[in-house]
Amino acid sequence: MEIDINRLDLEFQAKIDSGKTIEPKDWMPEKYRKTHIRQISQHAHSEIVGMLPEGNWITRAPSLRRKVTLLAKVQDEGGHGLYLYSACETLGISRDELFEQLHSGKAKYSSIFNYPAVTWADMGAVGWLVDGAAIMNQVMLTRTSFGPYARAMVRICKEESFHQRQGFEIMLSLCNGTAVQKHMAQESLNRWWWPSLMMFGPRDEESTHTEQAIKWKIKLKTNDELRQQFVDQTVPQIELLGLELPDPAIKWNEERGHYDFGPINWDEFWRVVGGNGPCNRERLAARKEAWEKGAWVREAALAYAEKQENLREAV
Amino acid sequence: MNKSLYDYLILLGDSPLILGHRLSELCGHGPNLETDIALSNIALDLFGQVRNWFQYAAEIHGEGKTEDDIAFLRYEHEYRNVILTEQPNKDFAWVIARQFYFDAWHYSLLTQLCESRDERISAIAAKSIKEVTYHRRFSSEWVKRLGDGTEESRARMENAIAHFAMYKGELFEETNVEKEMFASGTGADFKVLKAQFESFTNEVLNEAGLEIPQIDWTQRGGKHGVHSEHLGYILADLQYMQRAYPGMQW
Repeated sequence: MEIDINRLDLEFQAKIDSGKTIEPKDWMPEKYRKTHIRQISQHAHSEIVGMLPEGNWITRAPSLRRKVTLLAKVQDEGGHGLYLYSACETLGISRDELFEQLHSGKAKYSSIFNYPAVTWADMGAVGWLVDGAAIMNQVMLTRTSFGPYARAMVRICKEESFHQRQGFEIMLSLCNGTAVQKHMAQESLNRWWWPSLMMFGPRDEESTHTEQAIKWKIKLKTNDELRQQFVDQTVPQIELLGLELPDPAIKWNEERGHYDFGPINWDEFWRVVGGNGPCNRERLAARKEAWEKGAWVREAALAYAEKQENLREAV
Repeated sequence: MNKSLYDYLILLGDSPLILGHRLSELCGHGPNLETDIALSNIALDLFGQVRNWFQYAAEIHGEGKTEDDIAFLRYEHEYRNVILTEQPNKDFAWVIARQFYFDAWHYSLLTQLCESRDERISAIAAKSIKEVTYHRRFSSEWVKRLGDGTEESRARMENAIAHFAMYKGELFEETNVEKEMFASGTGADFKVLKAQFESFTNEVLNEAGLEIPQIDWTQRGGKHGVHSEHLGYILADLQYMQRAYPGMQW
């Protein structure tokens, strides 16, 4: 039996190595299934928790055009949550169970959403930096080995790159505006910069999952490689906006062919991941409240559907 | 400027503006993802319609007026939405009952406006009616689902339908501008509007097994600029950026 499992394992890895996708009905190692449930659900939770900081600005958006694009954007995040939960369900777990894991704190979501969106400029910075950082991970995931996840990512990436451009465009309008607006943009960039760099996760030497993840093509690049790529891409954009660099240590390194940047505050990172960021409690409370207050609605929808089904059968 | 036409466009745009605002408060907080997305969709449709009405109104007004000046820079008494649309999102049954009454009225109004002599109005109505057909289906299906779901959902739905009945009369109170617009072939016939509204809502409520509220009075005032206490708070949010940072481009 053990030999069989070993053989299956080898065939499974060979399939991934040859560039074929793994589909829900294919045999897969239990660890692969569990890792994917963890990662895809974490991603789905990030989408729906991520609706909260931006959702908080829809009613206060400064123009009708901005209001409509922000609302559409936040709604897209809900749509992404929906595809990802569906992709996760193909691995044999229900959406209700996944929500249960989120609400109990067992499942994580991207820590960035535990930071507050306090000014309108944050709608620009979040789209530009946070979605920008997310895309770096997600573009890589369009080539991941698990088919439903890779396909969901193709669609999500298209929408996310639109969101990123939209965020940058909000920043550009602020930077082309009055001194007050430009200050708002700078202040927002300064606040979101470091948390955005933290989005790529711990340094490679402290990242426990990297090796296995690369083997399964969940990761094609390491956390530090992606972080560097993000810095290299973003610094010229900051300059284009005419804003000051949020980190005095940012400097082009001719030898490396990359920008150097200052040390990340990993104590803050672990504190926020551990539940003690500025908004962790509020975010989770908002999700739980929506779920609990909606219980009677979901029960009613289920009861109604059953009644309709019985009626159809009776005819 | 054609003041009557301008005032009429404000009447057409303000109710979807304020209802869209209420719906957008729910984004990210719905009872499940599908409903959350659907309610945001309805809000998006309504804001799209608002932009069409206000862009037209801004053109009629001239003097550099913009859709945003109209949406964000009026005083409370200058808003002309029906009071129904200001009411808060107390629970999902309230959201659905408010939407159900609004959609039934909105659908009949836009159906008539498709035939308006004003070509711009008929074009906006023709585009909007497709969206509102979906809104009306969404809200009436939820009235049925909640009405015939569980004991709790039925009690909540019945309560919400009864509560919001006191706001529906205002939908059929014709202002002078609306009378004038009907007479000139631009606006809607309120007798037809009321008859279609009653027939549609009664049919859905009957199908849902819910009691049809008998009510012989109405809350009124919104169409004349006299609002409930809720509007002030809505405007505090809606106008916040424009008031705090006057004259800036976003």
